[in-house]
Amino acid sequence: MNLPVGSPSAETRKFPGKEQLPEIVIAGISHTSAPVELRECLAFSPEESRSTIRELRDHPKIREIVILSTCNRVEMLMTAHDPQSAIQHVEAHIAGSRNVSVARLRQAMYTYTGADAVRHLFRVASSLDSMVVGEPQILGQVKAAYKTAVEARATGVILNRLLHKAFSVAKRIRSETGIGDRAVSISYAAVELARKIFGRLEDKTVLLVGAGEMAELAVEHLNRSRSSGALYVANRTFSVGVELARRFSGKAIDFEEITQTLESADIIISSTGASDYVLTRDQVRPVMRKRKNRPLFFIDIAVPRDVDPAINRLNNAYVYDIDELQGVIEENMESRKSESARAERIIDEAAFRFQQWYDSLDVVPTIKDLQSKLSTIFAAELNKTLHFLDHLNQDDIDALERMNEAVIKKILHDPMQFLKNPGSHRDKSLYIDLIRNVFNLEEE
Amino acid sequence: MNYALLPAICCYLIGSAAYAGFLFRQKNGYNQLAYALITAGFVIHTLLLAEAVLRAGTIPVRNLHETLWFAAWTLAFVFLVLWWKSRLKILGIFAAPLITLVAAAAFFVPDTAADIETSLTGFWLIVHVVVIFIGEACLALACAAGVLYLIQERNIKFKKHRFFFRRLPSLELLDNTGYQFVIIGFTALTVGLVTGFVYAHSVWGRFWSWDPKEVWSGITWLIYAALLHERLVAGWRGRKAAIFAIIGFAAMLFTFLGVNLLLEGHHNEFTRW
Repeated sequence: MNLPVGSPSAETRKFPGKEQLPEIVIAGISHTSAPVELRECLAFSPEESRSTIRELRDHPKIREIVILSTCNRVEMLMTAHDPQSAIQHVEAHIAGSRNVSVARLRQAMYTYTGADAVRHLFRVASSLDSMVVGEPQILGQVKAAYKTAVEARATGVILNRLLHKAFSVAKRIRSETGIGDRAVSISYAAVELARKIFGRLEDKTVLLVGAGEMAELAVEHLNRSRSSGALYVANRTFSVGVELARRFSGKAIDFEEITQTLESADIIISSTGASDYVLTRDQVRPVMRKRKNRPLFFIDIAVPRDVDPAINRLNNAYVYDIDELQGVIEENMESRKSESARAERIIDEAAFRFQQWYDSLDVVPTIKDLQSKLSTIFAAELNKTLHFLDHLNQDDIDALERMNEAVIKKILHDPMQFLKNPGSHRDKSLYIDLIRNVFNLEEE
Repeated sequence: MNYALLPAICCYLIGSAAYAGFLFRQKNGYNQLAYALITAGFVIHTLLLAEAVLRAGTIPVRNLHETLWFAAWTLAFVFLVLWWKSRLKILGIFAAPLITLVAAAAFFVPDTAADIETSLTGFWLIVHVVVIFIGEACLALACAAGVLYLIQERNIKFKKHRFFFRRLPSLELLDNTGYQFVIIGFTALTVGLVTGFVYAHSVWGRFWSWDPKEVWSGITWLIYAALLHERLVAGWRGRKAAIFAIIGFAAMLFTFLGVNLLLEGHHNEFTRW
């Protein structure tokens, strides 16, 4: 068959530079490469990233850009024909606006291009690159970053596709591996345990004894899954208790009322500075009978401990102290590590698929795909027709086939000319992607 | 051995394997596959049983083979219904092998010709048998829930957060499910006993004749009655309730099989082989 297109190498020679797609580039710093002082200095607020995107997107070296800024990382995701100069420009821009020397920035910065950049983004979005592997916030942060860039019209075909792939990879990893379903913070671990005991937490009553950052965090965590249950706060200093109760819309009680409150409370979070047990076995034992043995869950965050460990031996009473919660977390961390190996496989696969798409986003493969699609259709239809035309001899059939080839060639002529040169300042990848979609060339 | 039973037993067996797969892999596909297989086995089982009913002219529980085959059917029936109501997926891990085991036992026990002195027809008797079997199946599942509760309770108490901790549901759910199963099972057991009295009265002229089976049924009934009473009055829930559900089931198993095999009585012929 006489192809209207040459080999890829001939094609690139004919249009030097122009034939190339922009490359995907990531330049960034994260908790693995930079200390917190530098990270907090570089972090972008939402407004700052909006204005920075606007400044950078108009730079001739940068085609598309998304800025991801979280407390643990700042990353610039771009497409550029010349990755090196794009990175240099971004470095200079950040250094200039943040009062950091380029040398210091360069020391902390990592860069990825092409397939490595794709893999890196997938790993970030799936929380494999997070400080706490599997933490769920990062996907939302990547989505927000993408939204900001889209609103600033700073993304094109490549980054749109890449980001959407990243979202679906992250979702797939979340649902197919156990990477996200285990608690890795004390307060979260406590809530998970409460769920294993009570099932639904909506109507459970919580008693907070004492105060402290971790205890309050646990209450906040619990409150996210509670709706109708009561909350009591007991504090040695009543005014502090009142203040805390107001914050969590609960009720302050006297320290002496604790035993009585145990009759209605289900989850007790204790974190006082007392040197002796605040809750003893003899105190809880009679309460269990009054509660008709409904389970009681004691979360003891205090050091030294507030809750007598002997209470754990009572039926339907469960006590976890801080070390035991820490133990839960460590076990969870272990299993996350093994799950992340499975996640890496999913990422490899997705990165490979994306690379295939990216490679197809060139003029030559697109024309080839289009041509083979048309040939397939013509050949199939010709076969069908010939089936009913028994009287034709081989020469007639050859003539029909030649006609087919000529028709395909003519049909493809204009689109090919257009794709080779869609006009100055036009994003070629946009048209290629459009044609691939219109003719459904991605099927396989 | 009746090879016609094999397709149903195979469905149960593969269903059990699929549940084991679900336990290890935690993929919902396994769970759905397992449920579908048990359902398929149950449908085949029902057809076979219907044929047996037509052939015998009454419920086929005239020897140990038939009794076990019928027991497996009620277990499958109750499991499918309760699973659908309670959505406690993990229950299948216990129930599916149990169904398979009982059905397989029926397969291996010879189907000897039955010569029952007392007639096995009549409304009261059929209600008595069917209701008692359904009740016993419910209580078997209550025992399963109790065992799962004890496993999970131990995990939480002793801070073991490995395999079962992750796979089992919350204590509350296991406890509630077990409680509901006991209520249904106990109700059925009560109805079954009463219809048994009525039947006994119509056949032997007395409600109660201190037959070992009767005595042990009474003991089983009392255990469950105590469990429910204490739960309502003294709040027996959790561990104690789970242990009692297991003890009750053990007593029931003895009533079902042990009495017939070890002691003498007027239920004997139904488990003869």
